[in-house]
Amino acid sequence: MFFQQLINGLTTGSVYALIALGYTMIYGILGLINFAQGEIYMCGAFVAVLLLATGKVNFFLAFALGMAAAALLGVILERVAFRPLRGFHPLVPLISAIGASIFLQSLALLLFGPNDRPFPIQFTFSTINIAGLPVSTLQIAILGAALGFMGLLIVFVRYTTYGKAIMACALDRDTARLMGINVDRMVSLTFLVGSALSGAAGIMMAIYYNATYPRMGLLPGLKAFSAAILGGVGNIPGAILGGLLLGVAESLGAAYISSGFKDAIAFAILILVLLLRPQGILRGRGD
Amino acid sequence: MLTLKSVQAGYGPLPVLKGISLHVRAGEVVTLIGGNGAGKTTTLRAISGLLPPRKGVIEFAGHDLTHMPAERMVTLGLSLVPEGRRVFRTLSVTANLELGAFHRRDKGAVRQDLEDIRERFPILKERAHQAAGTLSGGEQQILAIGRALMARPRLLMLDEPSMGLAPQMVTRVYAILAELKAAGTTILLVEQNARAALKVADRGYVLETGRIILDGSAADLRDDPEVQRAYLGKGYQEVWE
Repeated sequence: MFFQQLINGLTTGSVYALIALGYTMIYGILGLINFAQGEIYMCGAFVAVLLLATGKVNFFLAFALGMAAAALLGVILERVAFRPLRGFHPLVPLISAIGASIFLQSLALLLFGPNDRPFPIQFTFSTINIAGLPVSTLQIAILGAALGFMGLLIVFVRYTTYGKAIMACALDRDTARLMGINVDRMVSLTFLVGSALSGAAGIMMAIYYNATYPRMGLLPGLKAFSAAILGGVGNIPGAILGGLLLGVAESLGAAYISSGFKDAIAFAILILVLLLRPQGILRGRGD
Repeated sequence: MLTLKSVQAGYGPLPVLKGISLHVRAGEVVTLIGGNGAGKTTTLRAISGLLPPRKGVIEFAGHDLTHMPAERMVTLGLSLVPEGRRVFRTLSVTANLELGAFHRRDKGAVRQDLEDIRERFPILKERAHQAAGTLSGGEQQILAIGRALMARPRLLMLDEPSMGLAPQMVTRVYAILAELKAAGTTILLVEQNARAALKVADRGYVLETGRIILDGSAADLRDDPEVQRAYLGKGYQEVWE
């Protein structure tokens, strides 16, 4: 029972971590929380599901196109909702982000209706035994894919020129410009990468819960925000750790306290972190 | 090579530069000295595009820099070592150097330059994988200079490279500047430490509250009684007594 809950927690936690990476990267470079991250997650899921429903696209292509659509939406969102507001009080882009979130949810409601869509293709997942304990192969696949994406992101940020340039912009924008780094382009690239990860997260959850609907991004978005704060917003390893911890805490809390409190646990953690250690367990913003 | 004509710049309603004109010829080391708040850093920020000037013209090697964004300057061959070094603290020493060559597409030559700079400043090789923020102030200054050199600048601008450094590190940094000068690098050096700056420079300008009040060869400025009194700390007793 405990082990099963731990695996459940790690599975959802790894998805929170993917979304939290989007929050944390965008905060790192712009100092703003993109509250529409959950809708980017929803967009990735919808595009993949609709493409698969046509029956003409294979799973991996649909997955990639879902991520691409989410990435594109992120880049457009930055152009429309954030870039014109640079230099304003930080509350202004925050309000703009909340507005974008409501707009995208309503747009999805209008286009796709309020009902849950099942995932169009059936996977045959089995339960295998690891060290005598039953684990679903679906959970292993999600956990593995999520960790793979996180690994790719870390390689991108640490070892590629553009990854380092993004870090440079987050650390010191003026000096980055002196190096010939175009900050606007790096901001776009950050939205592209962060949103692609959220899109991937959305598709994985659409398979896991077998449901895609316009408000699907709301709770995971808020929980991933809590995860980013828990890990120290602006801190990439912190977002991963925060997501996994939050997922496990939620899952164990639901099992041992009451499943009715499942969603409350994430936010209780958010409040506790903000009260006791507002810089997060790992420190934020590049430090 | 670099010409400023009646440049005015400032922050908000506050004018800092009240129309300054200066020039730097190829191969020259020119220093701009002056006290706190004279506008030295503002001048460099105006040239490098971080603070576009309100009035006046800035030209560099036939290009009009007046309204050019900062990120394009480096492609023309203009590099600034900013005040307070401003290394990317959490990135490794090597990553800092590599970012200095961000705009360059000749990857082979960049690798070679990286080797050369590590050869020249062994500390940057020893500390290659350390976070830049863990270096001492002087080491960070060397890193900031190395980072700027990675761009292969035609004009190197330095903003107070001796600021906050221990005396032996100041000597070290100025030895590096003397080497760069001997190699023919064109340098615009902004300093509060007039004594060190006038030693290495060919010519100098004295900036006071946003205006250039004096200019001449470094030797003339060293001998100027006003410069000696205000910036070299000589003869202060007569003033007090």
